[in-house]
Amino acid sequence: MQVFDWEKPVVELEEKLKELYEQFEEGKMADRQAIEAMEAQLAQLKKSLYSNLTPWQRVQMARHPDRPYSLDYIEHIFDDFIELHGDRRFADDKAMVGGPAVLDGKSVMVIGQQKGRTTKERQYRNFGMPNPEGYRKALRLMELAERHGLPVITFIDTPGAAPGIGAEERGQGEAIAYNLLRMSELRVPIVSVVIGEGASGGALGIGVADRFLMMENTWFSVISPESCSSILWRSWDYKEKAAEELKLVPEALLKYGIIDEIIPEPLGGAHRDPDAAYAAVKAALQANLKKLRSQPIDKLTARRKEKYFQMGRYEEKRVVE
Amino acid sequence: MNWFKRVAQNILTRSKKEIPEGLWNKCPSCNEIIPVKEIEENKYVCPRDGYHFRIGADQYFKLLFDGKHEFLFEEIQPVDVLGFKDKKPYRRRLEEARQKSKASEAVVIARGRIDRIPVVIGCMDFSFIGGSMGTVVGERLKRAMLLCAEEKIPLVVVTKSGGARMQESAFSLMQMAKTAAALSELRKAGVPYIVVLTDPTTGGVTASYAMLGDVHVAEPGALIGFAGPRVIKEAIGKDLPEGFQRSEFLLEHGFVDVIVDRRQLKETLSRLIRILTHKVKKANGNGKETLKAS
Repeated sequence: MQVFDWEKPVVELEEKLKELYEQFEEGKMADRQAIEAMEAQLAQLKKSLYSNLTPWQRVQMARHPDRPYSLDYIEHIFDDFIELHGDRRFADDKAMVGGPAVLDGKSVMVIGQQKGRTTKERQYRNFGMPNPEGYRKALRLMELAERHGLPVITFIDTPGAAPGIGAEERGQGEAIAYNLLRMSELRVPIVSVVIGEGASGGALGIGVADRFLMMENTWFSVISPESCSSILWRSWDYKEKAAEELKLVPEALLKYGIIDEIIPEPLGGAHRDPDAAYAAVKAALQANLKKLRSQPIDKLTARRKEKYFQMGRYEEKRVVE
Repeated sequence: MNWFKRVAQNILTRSKKEIPEGLWNKCPSCNEIIPVKEIEENKYVCPRDGYHFRIGADQYFKLLFDGKHEFLFEEIQPVDVLGFKDKKPYRRRLEEARQKSKASEAVVIARGRIDRIPVVIGCMDFSFIGGSMGTVVGERLKRAMLLCAEEKIPLVVVTKSGGARMQESAFSLMQMAKTAAALSELRKAGVPYIVVLTDPTTGGVTASYAMLGDVHVAEPGALIGFAGPRVIKEAIGKDLPEGFQRSEFLLEHGFVDVIVDRRQLKETLSRLIRILTHKVKKANGNGKETLKAS
């Protein structure tokens, strides 16, 4: 497992502890006192380290190659998932997956951006960067869900919509824009969860929702810290600073009313205990869907629109002649 | 009703033109030195080669409205919620933009008439932080969209923007969803929404209200795209094809409906709005201009 430099004290202590366990097993140690002391020390260290991550460290956590991806969550949370391919227009985008599934004995539509783990898989999934056909596939599935009354769940995990000649030729901007419009009025409940990276319009393109959730170690922003650094500082060296300025961590976004809820992760991140992460996401989805299902649909869509109408901060200055 | 009285006067404006002041101006396309007066009289189109100069909101309003128009939502002003600081604090960038730009923000909204038809025009202005979309842009446009839906007034939005404003981070991003949701209301109300795409229109603006028009009109040669050309070039490591992401390219690929020379822009908008709102006169049979205001 990839270990970040700033995680090394934890890993070193874990290794020492492992040695102590071995010694104890082999009968080289009389009592467990030393082990217990070190366990306590490790727990303390982990807690202080992982609950005080800088924004840039959160970005790193969100990108950890062992973090569960959309298909992992789908496999461990839902039953009877059937992946449906293609946008019925141009192609099947492998960076966007989706299909109907069952959650708690009820039908839902689940859609997500998909990254790959191995070099080959990463290329196959285009690093989780959808092309216009990905957004159109997502919309096709949402409209299918709307026709049959299935709530929509989306998993967001993208470094951004794909930049490229083909993407522009096929209208990347139009594809995202139209999704925003249709999602704002879609006549079924929508819950979105950021499970990793939530970069800009590429994330928002499947993220207009009644309830917008973020896992603890994820980010959501108008631009990636690297690109922000490159544009505003004209250098790649200010990504940590940009991550701070962009206020891209879930706690800040919750405070500003941009997101609705934070899903806590197991200590050290979802990748250190994926089962706990699946359970946390599942519980959040269940609770939110239960509330949303009980609302009349007209009220739900009106509220969704109103939520977006209210977003932003400005001053209202009385202008005098 | 005081539609034609300018009730809101922007107390923050200073004078500066997008086209540099002086008696002569150089066309960036053909490098000819042309008298400024001649360019102005030609609707800011180069009389030699048809290059469309980048112009501000006030100039578009002069070109498109019959005359008087009333500014709307000028009271909506930006704040630096995040205390954002890059090389300069956002607060100072805003102050400088207010000094430098004639526009009160990156979009200016006004209500008036085009060939006597009441319309609302939202016009972006590149001189205000690159026409970037922050909360104020989204909020003013949302209000314009909801007003037009309510009062059944056709809406024209002239786009010109580098994309979302980074200094307002997620707030800027959410303006994409805000405007798209407001356009859902405008569509439901059956009110025409015409987008005029001008140079440049990129990023979050392209991925929201710029690409959601009933009709997409583009000025010739305008850069229109989601990802900027520099970003794409870096991503693919290849040179980009000639004319990539220009109006003509988008028309060829089906995302722009019609390319219109600025000198015919008002007439085209008038014609489109008249047809879409059934304000047409009987055909005179020769297939020519039949839409003149009575």
